[in-house]
Amino acid sequence: MAEMIPIKERMSRSPRPMPEQEVKERVRNFDEVPLGYSKEDAIYEAQRCLQCDPPSCVNGCPAEVRIPEFIRKIVDEDFAGAYLEILKTNSLPAVCGRVCPQETQCQMACVLSKRGKPIAIGNLERFVADWAMKHNVEEKHEKVKKSGKRVAVVGSGPAGLTCAADLAKMGHDVTIFEALHKAGGVLTYGIPEFRLPKRIVKHELEKIKKLGVEIKTDIVIGLTKGVDELRDEFDAVFLANGAGAPQFLNIPGENLNDVYSANEFLTRCNLMSAYRFPEFDTPIKIGKKIAVIGAGNVAMDVARTALRLGAGEVHVVYRRTREEAPARLEEIVRAEEEGVQFDFLTLPVRVLGDAKGNVVGMECVKMKLGEPDESGRRKPIAIEGSNFIMQVDMVINAIGTTANPIVSRSATDVRTDKRGYFIVDDETCATSKKGIFAGGDIIRGSATVILAIGDGKRAAKAIDKYLSEQGSKDH
Amino acid sequence: MIGGILTNRIIYKKELAPGIFLMDVEAPLVAEKARAGQFVILMTGEKGERIPITIADYDPKRGTVRMVFQVVGKTTAELSTMKVGDTLYSFVGPLGRPSKIDKYGTVAVVGGGTGVASIYPIARALNEAGNRVISIIGAKTRNLVIMEEEMRSVSAKVVVTTDDGSYGKRGFVTEALREVLKEEDVKKVWVVGPAIMMKVACDVTRPYNVETIVSLNAIMVDGTGMCGTCRVTVSGKTKFTCVDGPEFDGHSVDWDEFLNRLNRYRAQEQLAFELHKRRS
Ligand SMILES: Cc1cc2nc3c(=O)[nH]c(=O)nc-3n(C[C@H](O)[C@H](O)[C@H](O)COP(=O)(O)OP(=O)(O)OC[C@H]3O[C@@H](n4cnc5c(N)ncnc54)[C@H](O)[C@@H]3O)c2cc1C
Ligand SMILES: Cc1cc2nc3c(=O)[nH]c(=O)nc-3n(C[C@H](O)[C@H](O)[C@H](O)COP(=O)(O)OP(=O)(O)OC[C@H]3O[C@@H](n4cnc5c(N)ncnc54)[C@H](O)[C@@H]3O)c2cc1C
Ligand code: SF4
Ligand code: SF4
Ligand code: FES
Repeated sequence: MAEMIPIKERMSRSPRPMPEQEVKERVRNFDEVPLGYSKEDAIYEAQRCLQCDPPSCVNGCPAEVRIPEFIRKIVDEDFAGAYLEILKTNSLPAVCGRVCPQETQCQMACVLSKRGKPIAIGNLERFVADWAMKHNVEEKHEKVKKSGKRVAVVGSGPAGLTCAADLAKMGHDVTIFEALHKAGGVLTYGIPEFRLPKRIVKHELEKIKKLGVEIKTDIVIGLTKGVDELRDEFDAVFLANGAGAPQFLNIPGENLNDVYSANEFLTRCNLMSAYRFPEFDTPIKIGKKIAVIGAGNVAMDVARTALRLGAGEVHVVYRRTREEAPARLEEIVRAEEEGVQFDFLTLPVRVLGDAKGNVVGMECVKMKLGEPDESGRRKPIAIEGSNFIMQVDMVINAIGTTANPIVSRSATDVRTDKRGYFIVDDETCATSKKGIFAGGDIIRGSATVILAIGDGKRAAKAIDKYLSEQGSKDH
Repeated sequence: MIGGILTNRIIYKKELAPGIFLMDVEAPLVAEKARAGQFVILMTGEKGERIPITIADYDPKRGTVRMVFQVVGKTTAELSTMKVGDTLYSFVGPLGRPSKIDKYGTVAVVGGGTGVASIYPIARALNEAGNRVISIIGAKTRNLVIMEEEMRSVSAKVVVTTDDGSYGKRGFVTEALREVLKEEDVKKVWVVGPAIMMKVACDVTRPYNVETIVSLNAIMVDGTGMCGTCRVTVSGKTKFTCVDGPEFDGHSVDWDEFLNRLNRYRAQEQLAFELHKRRS
C-alpha cells in the first residue's frame, strides 16, 4: 500500500477543482461540461482524505458507499479495486459521481467540510467509474445457482435497473418492462447530455443486460399488460415507474402553442434527439426570449438546454429567492455563468397570446418573503399592484412532476396515498399486496437518483427473501 | 410466453386509395388488449418520430393490429414505403381509453378521410351492442373513399359524400349529418376526421343537443401522460389527449386552441418532408 502523505500536508492542501469546458465554448455544444479528473488530479485529491474511522461522510450517502475504502485504493493507484469497492453498495457510480447533490450529501458530512474543504467525493467517484469503463473492469460474479424464480420490474430508471441487477446476481430471472422505446428512465429522457452523456447510460445498460436481465421496451404496464397479470405470470413484481406526470400552474394561457412542460422540452431534446433535427425527425422550437418557471434542477437543465439550442435570452422565473432555490448551487452557478438570467421573487399569473395562439408575453406579479411555512422556507407573498408583463415568446414550465396513475390503476389491492404514490414498508419496499414491491420516485415523488438506487437495493434483498420463503413453502 | 414474439413485423400492406395505406402489424400483446377507440404509437426507424395511429382493427388470434394511414408528411411517407416483412423500430399500445360502447338506440358515426378507418371499429362495436348505426363517410373525391364495404357490413344505413360530387352525395359529411339529424332520432354521435371537420360537426349537432364524441388527433410524443404536448382544454380544464382521451365530448372542447396547437410544428414538418422527398 502506498503511504498516505503526512496529516499536516493533507490538511493544508486545497481541494483539486475539476477542469471544465470554457463557458464560451460549452454554450454552443451539448458535450459534458466538467471534463473529469486526470489520474494525477485524482490521486492528489484522494491523498487529502483523513481516512476517518468511523467515517462521517458515509452517513451522508444514502447508498452508504464505502468512501474511505475506495479513496484509499485511489491513493494506491488501484483504480479497479476502488471501483469494486464502490460497486458493493452503488450500482451506478458513473451516474452518481456526476449527478448526486454531493454538497448536501456525502461531502457535507465529510469532516473537512467544516473547514470549507470537503473531499471531492463525487469527482473521485466519477473518476474511478470512468477509468473502469475505459479499462473494461468487470465485476466477477461467482456463478450463483439459478433459483428458477422470475421477477418483473416495471420501469428502467435507476430504481428498476438497480433492483434488476441485484436480483439477477442472486440467481433470479428478471424482466424489465419499459414504456418508452429506450431504457434508462430520467437518465435517458430527462437529464441532458451535457450533464450525463448518454454513452454512460448505455454502458450501464449493457452491463445490466450482461447479467442476463431482459429489458422489454415499448410495453406500457397498465395498458399493454396489467400489474395484476404480471403478478400472475411472475413470482414477484417491483414497481419503479417513476413520477413523470408534468404539473402545470393552472393559470390562463398555459395551453398556448409555445408553452412547454419541462418534460416535453427535455424529452424532445434528449430522448428524441431533437437538438439534431432534421437529422432526427422530431422537431423542437426555440424562442428568442424564454421564461423557464421554477428553480429546481429540472429548470436549470431546461434553461441551459434552451441556451444551447440557440435561445436569445433565457430567464428563470422563481417566486422565492436564490437562497430558497431547490437546484444544486453548482447548477445555478453554471447557469449564471452561461448567461441564464434569474428573475427572483416573481410569480407568473397569466400567459398572453396572439390570435394564432403564439406566446407574446407573460404577466407576473412581484413577491416578497413573509413568515416561514411548513417547509421552513419563508413564504412568498404577492405584492399587490406590482403586476407587470415580461416580453417572452416561449414559456417552459418546470414546476415539478407527480405520479402517473396508469400503473396503479391496473394494480388491485396495491395501496397508494392521496397523491397517488405507492405506500411501502420503509425497510423492505413491500406494498400492501403480497409479492409486489415498489421504489424510486413512485413512492415519494421526484427525488434523487441515489435514493432510487437505495430503494432498488433494499427491494432486491426483500424480494430475494420473499422468494426463498415462497420456495420453501411450495415444497 | 412474451419472449420473441414482439416482432413489430409488417405482414400485410395494401394501398386503399392514392396515398392511403392499410397495414397489418404483428404485435400480439397489443392485439390482445386493443379496443375500439384506442391507438398505437410507432417509429419507423431509430431517428424517427413517434407518431400516433388509430387501431383500425385487431385480431388477437393472429396477434395482428391493423392501421390505416394517409401520407401527409415525412413519417407517414416513410411508413408507406416499408414492405411486408419489414420491421417497425417501435410499436407501442394500445394507448388511450377505449370508446364507451353501450346500447343507446339510433346512433350516427361520421368519418372523414382516414377517419373512416378509425370509426370502423367503433361502428362495429356499436352494432354488436345492438344499436342502429347510421354511418356517414366522406372523402374529397371518389377514389379516396375507403372501407365502404366494411362500413356497410356494420351499419343499418350508410351515407357517402364526396366534396366534388363524383360519388354519393356532393358536399361534406357535416351536411349529410345535419340531414340525418333532421330525419332521425339520433341519441349519440361519433366523429373522427380532420380537426376542422370535427369542429364543424359539433356545431351541427349542438342545436340538436345530441352528445357528440370526437377523437382528437393531438400532436403527441410519448403517448403515456409524460410530456403534456397533447393537452387540450375540455370544459375549461386541461386534459391530456393520450391518457384522458383521445375521445372527448366535442361540445366541451376548446377548438380554437386545439387547432392552433396542431400547427405548432408546421414549418419544421414541411422542412422534414421536403428533405425526405429530395432524398428519396
Ligand atoms: C430533468 C431532471 C434532472 C434531474 N437531475 C437530477 C440530478 O442531478 N441528481 C439527482 O440525483 N436526481 C436528479 N433528478 C431526479 C432523478 O432523475 C429521479 O429521482 C430518478 O430518476 C428516479 O428514478 P426512478 O427509477 O424512480 O424513476 P425514473 O427515472 O423516472 O424511471 C421510471 C421509468 O419507468 C417508466 N415507466 C413509467 N410508466 C411506465 C409504465 N406504465 N409501464 C412501463 N414503464 C413505465 C418510465 O418511462 C421510466 O423509464 C432529475 C430529474 C429530472 C426530471
Ligand atoms: C390519437 C391519434 C390517432 C391518429 N390516427 C391516425 C390514423 O388512424 N391515420 C392517420 O393517417 N393519421 C392518424 N393520426 C394522425 C397522424 O398521427 C399524423 O398524420 C402523423 O403524425 C403525421 O406524421 P408525418 O411525419 O407523416 O407528418 P408531419 O410532418 O408530422 O405532418 C404533416 C402534416 O400533417 C399535419 N399533422 C401533423 N400531426 C398531425 C396530427 N396529429 N393530426 C392531423 N394532422 C397532423 C401537419 O400539420 C402537417 O400539415 C392520428 C393522430 C392521433 C393523435
Ligand atoms: S453515491 Fe452520491 S452521495 Fe454517495 S458517495 Fe457517491 S456521490 Fe456521494
Ligand atoms: S469524512 Fe472526509 S476525510 Fe473523513 S474519510 Fe470521509 S471523505 Fe475522508
Ligand atoms: S403525448 Fe405526452 S402526455 Fe400525451
